[in-house]
Amino acid sequence: MNRWINKKPSRPLAIALGVLPFLLLMAVYQWGSDTRKAENPNDKLLPSVSEFHSAIDRLAFTPSKRTGEYLFWQDTKSSLQRLLIGVACAAFIGLMLGLITGAIPLIGANLNPIVTAISLIPPMAILPLLFIVFGLGELSKVMLIVIGITPFLIRYLYQRTKDIPNEQLVKAQTLGGNSFQIIIRVLLPQILPRLLDALRLSLGTAWLFLIAAEAIAATDGLGYRIFLVRRYLSMDVILPYVLWITVLAFLLDWLLLKTSKKAFPWYHAAK
Amino acid sequence: MSDYQIEFRHVEKSYGDNLVLENINCQVKQGEFITMVGTSGCGKSTFLKMLLGTEFHTKGEVLLDGEPILAEPSPERGIVFQKYSVFPHLSVRDNVAISKEFESSVIGRLFGKKRKQALDEADKWLDAVGLLHAKHKYPHELSGGMQQRLAIAQALIKHPKVLLLDEPFGALDPGIRKDMHKLVLDLWQKYQLTIFMVTHDLEEGFYLGTRLWVFDKTRHDPHAPNRFGSTITFDLPVGKTDEESLEIIEESLSLHALSA
Repeated sequence: MNRWINKKPSRPLAIALGVLPFLLLMAVYQWGSDTRKAENPNDKLLPSVSEFHSAIDRLAFTPSKRTGEYLFWQDTKSSLQRLLIGVACAAFIGLMLGLITGAIPLIGANLNPIVTAISLIPPMAILPLLFIVFGLGELSKVMLIVIGITPFLIRYLYQRTKDIPNEQLVKAQTLGGNSFQIIIRVLLPQILPRLLDALRLSLGTAWLFLIAAEAIAATDGLGYRIFLVRRYLSMDVILPYVLWITVLAFLLDWLLLKTSKKAFPWYHAAK
Repeated sequence: MSDYQIEFRHVEKSYGDNLVLENINCQVKQGEFITMVGTSGCGKSTFLKMLLGTEFHTKGEVLLDGEPILAEPSPERGIVFQKYSVFPHLSVRDNVAISKEFESSVIGRLFGKKRKQALDEADKWLDAVGLLHAKHKYPHELSGGMQQRLAIAQALIKHPKVLLLDEPFGALDPGIRKDMHKLVLDLWQKYQLTIFMVTHDLEEGFYLGTRLWVFDKTRHDPHAPNRFGSTITFDLPVGKTDEESLEIIEESLSLHALSA
């Protein structure tokens, strides 16, 4: 095999190749940090590992002097709560509307234009509006996530419902199913795994809106903390938080994929 | 009421200016097995769709048991398509039982004893098509031939007046196709079914049914290919399965296929 397009890595090599960039990144960081520390021991831009350690210890494992809370965990809890409530609401609305517009052409004709129009509004542009209407509390942050991802979910699931072969719908009719029964027994179960696909695709966007909302008006949360400590140039807090958000995002994605494979084996086998 | 189960009277089907079928006149008795052949675009599939109810004729009358046929698919007419006939998210058993669930539950789902009864009846039909051993499998675990067996079992549990087969074995290997032919003939005799089958394989159509229909255009306008529609040009009864007729049809089909 001389062509590069034919050379495939063995499993150990693939793992080594995959880990390499991470190690490189860490090495470059360490080198950069050491160089800057050598010039100025109080440098804040690239903190050393021990500084990360003490920052994490201070936020995650020592109660806050002011409130007695463990700030890191409090932030995680608040953020995840907002994210999950927002995503769950969006999933419910997206599933209902996507399914019904895809299944019943009359409702589709009725709702699709307005869903398309709403999906074109940049959600960040109406964030001030949300703050005015829903106040500065939890609701406006959840609403931003809902408004941010629901139109995508509706349109995605509408399309997936349409993709189900018409043969199946005709078959179901010859088996005596009425519209409602066909939606409940033929379309809905086949759309559920596709809903999980859609959620995986929209989680990144959901995080974006969450952090944006927290940055502007919040008293806790991962995004709030990052934007708060930015004033003190606390890279020792910002970087672990960013890393933690990445880990959480990865875990949520992994959890959705696992759930989908466990609950809908027929969907993954047929793909 | 006439003796005929299905009757087409001066039926015509067009899409705008495009005339697909014209002058369709035919009568079919209960228990006949009709195979339909023709070149692609000859309207044999459109004919089947009119029987199924997904297409509606533009002129004339289509009667089922003397009544105008419903313009929507219904349990009177069972269907097996070439593919996508089974529900991928249901087990083989549930695929067959689902019509029982549609029948006796508003939400299309049965529980407890009633569900058990539905599953038992499903098993009976799975046995009839030789699929009982695979009842707990999902369609993606089945071969193409087994999926078609499942699709047939699904249709039969509703006791349809007419069974429609739309190129059901077109995607199968020749060996498997032979098995399927035997199965369909057995079921047809055992349950006294009326079957309409579209096929692109002339030999299959020739030897399988009791009556062979050939769809073709009788008039042709080279400048306006859509001016004239197809009609049934051959209607061969039982027993006339000799080599000579086969050759005549084959010749006539290839002739028109060339000029089209």
